[in-house]
Parts: sequence; C-alpha cells; structure tokens
Amino acid sequence: MAIELGHFALILAFAIATVSAIGGLAFRPAGERLALVLSQGAVLQFVLVAVAFAALIQAFVSSDFSLALAANNSHSLKPLLFKISGVWGNHEGSMVLWILILVLFGALVAAFGRGLPPDLLALVLATQSLLAAAFGGFTLFTSNPFARLVPAPLQGGDLNPVLQDVGLAIHPPLLYAGYVGFSICFSFAVAALISGRIDQAWARWVRPWTMLSWTFLTLGIAMGSYWAYYELGWGGWWFWDPVENASFMPWLAGTALLHSALVMEKRNALKVWTIFLSIITFSLSLLGTFLVRSGILTSVHTFASDPTRGLVILTLLALVIGGAFALFALRASTLRQGGLFAPVSREGALILNNLFLATAVGAVLVGTLYPLVLDALGGTTISVGAPFFNLTFGALMAPLLLILPFGPLLAWKRADIVGAAQRLLGAGALAIFLTILIASLGGRSISLAPLGLLLGFWVAFGAVAELIDRGRLGRIPLRESVRRLVGLPRSAWSTAVAHFGIGVSVLGIVATSAWQTELVTTLNPGESAELSGYTIAFNTFQEVPGPNYRAEQGSFTVTAPGGGTRPLTAERRIYGASGMPTTEAAISTYGFSQLYLQLGEPLDTTHVVRIWHKPYITLIWLGALLMAGAGVLSLSDRRQRIGAPRAAAKMVPEPGQ
Amino acid sequence: MTWLRVLVLICAVLLMAPAFAVGPDEILPNPALESRARDISAGLRCLVCQNQSIDDSDADLARDLRILVRERLLAGDSDEAVRQFLVDRYGEYVLLAPRLGAHTMLLWAAGPLLLLVGVGGLWLAARRHKRQQQGEMTDEEAEALDSLRQPSSER
Repeated sequence: MAIELGHFALILAFAIATVSAIGGLAFRPAGERLALVLSQGAVLQFVLVAVAFAALIQAFVSSDFSLALAANNSHSLKPLLFKISGVWGNHEGSMVLWILILVLFGALVAAFGRGLPPDLLALVLATQSLLAAAFGGFTLFTSNPFARLVPAPLQGGDLNPVLQDVGLAIHPPLLYAGYVGFSICFSFAVAALISGRIDQAWARWVRPWTMLSWTFLTLGIAMGSYWAYYELGWGGWWFWDPVENASFMPWLAGTALLHSALVMEKRNALKVWTIFLSIITFSLSLLGTFLVRSGILTSVHTFASDPTRGLVILTLLALVIGGAFALFALRASTLRQGGLFAPVSREGALILNNLFLATAVGAVLVGTLYPLVLDALGGTTISVGAPFFNLTFGALMAPLLLILPFGPLLAWKRADIVGAAQRLLGAGALAIFLTILIASLGGRSISLAPLGLLLGFWVAFGAVAELIDRGRLGRIPLRESVRRLVGLPRSAWSTAVAHFGIGVSVLGIVATSAWQTELVTTLNPGESAELSGYTIAFNTFQEVPGPNYRAEQGSFTVTAPGGGTRPLTAERRIYGASGMPTTEAAISTYGFSQLYLQLGEPLDTTHVVRIWHKPYITLIWLGALLMAGAGVLSLSDRRQRIGAPRAAAKMVPEPGQ
Repeated sequence: MTWLRVLVLICAVLLMAPAFAVGPDEILPNPALESRARDISAGLRCLVCQNQSIDDSDADLARDLRILVRERLLAGDSDEAVRQFLVDRYGEYVLLAPRLGAHTMLLWAAGPLLLLVGVGGLWLAARRHKRQQQGEMTDEEAEALDSLRQPSSER
C-alpha cells in the first residue's frame, strides 16, 4: 500500500511539474498570482517526491521484497544504515534521490524568492519544473522504482558489497546536491534569456546558489575521493576515470562561475559569459549524472543496460542542453555589456581565472570523450588515461596557481600590479626558501615535485599575505590589526580560506606523489616488516563472522619512528549473498601523513601484506574541507545572504580596496 | 564519482581471482629493473578493467602483463621496446597515454588550442570594449546617472 502511495505521489508530482512548466512559460509576463501558484506548485512537488522517497526507504528498511528494487538491492541481514543508503545505490533509486534534490531546490527558490520580480520568479520556477517533469517522466516511464515482484522472494539479492559503506550514505547525496544545485543557476540563466533582463540583482541572486552547490560538490568529490582511497585497497585517490572526470568538470565550471558571477555582481560586467557558464555548468552536471548511465561511456558497468533507456537519456540531454544553448544563441546578443575596466585589475585577474578554468574543462572534456569519438569514427581504439590528464591539466593549472595570489590584492577597475607584487614579496620568498629546503632534504625526488611544492606554498602563503595586508599586521599596533581582521567582511575571509585550501591540497598532492614509499612482502603471524622508519608487526590472523559476511582478519602492531605503538586491523571480507570479496585496509594517521596497510591474498603458507607510507596525504582532503568551509563562511555573510533583495536594490558603489 | 567506485570496483570484484596489485612473487630482485617495470606498468592499461593501470589492478590479466613486462626487461629490452611489444600484441588501447600521431593530433592539441581560442576571444572582446569605451554610455550607465541625479526617486 505504502509503495502504491509513493508511486502515486511521484506521478502526481510529475503532473504538477508538467502543468507548472507549461503554465509558467505560456502565460507571460507572469503576474503576482501566477508566481504564487508556481511557488505553491514547487513546494507541493517537493512534498510529493519526499513522500515517494519515504515510501522507498520504508520498503528497504522493512525488507519488503515484493518491491523489485528492494529485492534486487537489499538483504534482510544488512545493517540499517546500508538498507537506507541502498535506496540510492542503484539506478532507479538514485533517480528518485536526484529528483528529490531538484524539487527541493525549486521549493527553496519558492520559499526565499518572495522578493524577486514575479515574472523572473515565475520563469525560474517554470524552468525548474520543466526539468522536474523531464526527469520525473524519464524515471516513471523507463526506470520505475516502484515496480512490484510477484511472487515476492524470501530474501533479497543484496547490495554490491563495495557499496555497503558509510561512503554510500554520504557521498551521493552530497554530490547530487552539488550537481542539482546548479540547476538553479541554469533556471535563472534561462529565465534571464527569455525575459531579456539581466542586472546586478540577478547576479546577487545567482551567486549564493552557485556557492551553495559548489560547496556541496566540493564536499561530495572530496568525500568520494577519500572513499575510493580507503575502500579500493591500494591507496589511489584520483584516477581520471570518466566518471570522476564527469564530476570534476562541473566543479571546474562551477568554480569559474563563482568568480565570473562575482565580477557581474560587483561590476556589472561579463554578463553574457556568466549566463553561458551557468548553462554549461548544469549541462556538465547532467552529463556527469547521465552520460554514464546512457551506456555509451562504459558499456560493461553501467546501470542502464537497457538500450532504449540510454537512447531516452541521450535525447533528453540533447533537448535540455541543446535547447538552452539555442536560446542562448538567439537571445544573448540582446544582453548589453557594461562595467568598463583596465586589463590589469581585479576583473582582469578573474577573467584570467575563467580562461584557465574553462580551458581545463574543455581539455578534460576532450580527453574524456575523445576515445569514444575516435572509436565511433571507425578509427583505432585508444586509451586516454592518467598520464595524459596529469600533463594537460597540470600544465593549465600551473599558470593559474601562479597568478592566483595576485587576484585578491588587485583593485577593481584599475590596479597597481607592482604594488600587489610588493605585498606578495614575503610570501614568494618564504615559498622559494621552503621549497629549496625541502627539495634538498628530500633527496630522491621527481623532477616536477619542487615546482609543485613552490606553487602550493606560494598559493597558501599568498592567501595569508592578503590577510596580513588587509589587517596591516606589523604596520599598526597588534590590537588594532586584530580588530581590523575580525572586522573584515566574511567574504574576504572566505576568499583567503578557499585559496589557502587550494594551496594545502596542492602540497598534499605533490608530497604524496613524490615521496610515497611502498612495501610489498609476505608475512606470517609473529613476523614484522619495516617501512620509512615504521615497524609493522603481524600479530595474529583469524576468521571472524560479520553480519552478512565472513572476514579474514589480520592484527598488526605499528611502532612509529618516534616510539609509541598502535594496533591496526586489516580485513578481507567475503559477502554471503553475492560471494564477492572486498578488502578493508587499515589506515593509521600520523600528523598529516598516513600509514596504509592492506592484507592481501594468502600466498603458499604466508600472507601477502602491502604497506604504503603516504606523506602529507590528508592535506589533499583537508584543503578540500577548507574550500568547502570557505563556501559556508561566504554564505553566512549577511551581505550576500540568499534572497536579500533589499541589498540588491541599492546602487551603492563598492568601496575601493 | 559515486559510480567511479562502482565501476572500478565492480571490475575489480568481478574479475577478481586471488591476485592483487603487484605481488611479492612478481618483484624482480634487481631494484633498478623493478623500478623501471613499475614505471612502465603504471602507463599500461589493464585491458579488462575500467580505467586502471596494470600496476593497480587486481585482475589476472594484469598480473600476466606485469610478469610479461618483467620478462621483457630481463631479456634486455628498453622501456620503449617493452611498450612496443605490448602495443603489437594488444593494440594502442593498452597505452594509457596515447601516442602522438595523426589520429591523436586533436587530442594533444586540444588544450593549447582551446587556450589560444580563449586568448583570441578575450583580445577581440577587449578591442570591442575599447571601441565602446570611446562611444557613448551604456543603458546601465545612463540609468545609474539618472538615479544619481534624482536620489529621491530611489528611496
């Protein structure tokens, strides 16, 4: 019964979305009443999809295997958390989650958007409803999550063991919140193109939504990367896999959008480009979610093995993305550019940022799709893997990182580059000094490592230098400096923290790539091995039962170089229902570095043990956390709180730096 | 990236025989040769996996290829000769970094080309901007000027 209610709720939401989309786009210009109806419709869509989603969760939690989805992806012995996360560990369920987040964002716009002009609000909500109708229809007609099984099996087929992890509970919702959040930017862009009106108030509206989505996406990608790192069992954290690239491209485009929306909000320039980026960012998000499921990217491992479903997805993508770009091509010329500035200025620096980020998006996109296209054209099949991306992406990021610290120190309109360079002198000198010191101490090093270190330090110290400069630290009494720093707008802190985070991530990437050490050996209980000064003793080996798996468990004791011991436990698991094995690596964190230990397969009478020492690897994710934290900080800035229409209406020139 | 994990792992899991990334029995006694073998392996694709190098992969095929690479190195092949040996056997698909050639020209040129296009676009936009600068004010500027002239109408 609950399942049918859920099914009905989803159908109803689809119907409301369809009516909202048609109504909002047909009756223009919309008045207060239509905007109100569409707002109510948006909230209603959210409530209905939430009911549908709750029905699915209920079926999974109560192990109702008459629901085909639960029978295929759940198991009565699975821990509760994994029963719930199993709802979105498959194609159909993840579609419902995707739509839930989509309509949630629509409802948020309806809730916060009272101050928007009714015509703009109606257009945004209509576009948002159009998306909900399109993807809701796709779910209902080609991948119905509410299909029943008769007769119901007694036990479910279990979820892929690899997905039975807290990672699945956190990673997809975060990632989807990021992807789908960009739909708001998309809807605003489409609304601006249709109405032909776009001003700074528009940018003031779009930027917080971009910031929110970007923050979620940053967390989602970082979380996914850490999940892959600890679960896959060999300590890799980024693979340039097509699916990873698909999540990385919207992030890059979203980062560019954040910066271009800033120029538009403050200086009323880059309008057309910002609109273009809004469309591109969400289009890449759609590619990220759906290209993988269409069956053209990865033929073996996709959810959507049904070729008709793949065709529907591709058609849908072509219509949404193509339609938006057609609209852009038709209407963009009606938007007037404004806000003049000299090449050397904050605007100029932000344009350079956009140039490199957009090029990086393009390069990653070409790298990801090139093998497909070449294959389709009847050419040879080639692989485009990590070596290609590292080179191309690295070459584009290096100049970006080099100019990054200058940006926040430049004034709007016309800036003094020599002055900015002077203020960065200390940061640069310190970065060079530390790099030379580490490179000379580090001994064996990869040729590019010093360059990477230099860039990482430069960006991190540059961010600090900006704060020091703004607080006039050392030039005025300390107490006065502190007062100034505390009084800085949160957005200034946010910029510094985010840029510092990038530097930290770069340092982590460089350090762990250049100085990681590895030991592959065979050990018996009672024996020990040594790596980078750590002594790892293999104590015992035993078989232990888990809730829905059997585990072979190895207990180790690690003695750190500075003394002190820690117990570590690594496992190999065999899951009962599927017979699939997984490895649970043992990870121990020392400062920012980690010791990563994996219990391998038995070899003759001994056990293969792989141990990695990964210096400063946690910096990679700490940097990402700093970036996400900076996003939150910026969102908490009262000056750009979501839906602060009064601030938008004022025409107060920004104070110069 | 949700599905990255699924992909890589399903691959690993489905194809898993009791073999994991480099095993202790595969490692060459000569550390210089072994380090060359690792470098070569990192650039070779595990053909039955999604997007893994044979150095990372757990699949049986990857293990066979790793052993093959080491055999060729022991036989005295240069790094390039080992790669060529594998390309002859499995096609260029086995290389994670595609070779520069007529068919990959666009791929390798894409990054620099896009950057050039971007710089060119910026240059054009700047030129147009400059021309605009010498002309009259834009609508927005006129609006702003109006609102400054009559501050009471805004409040």
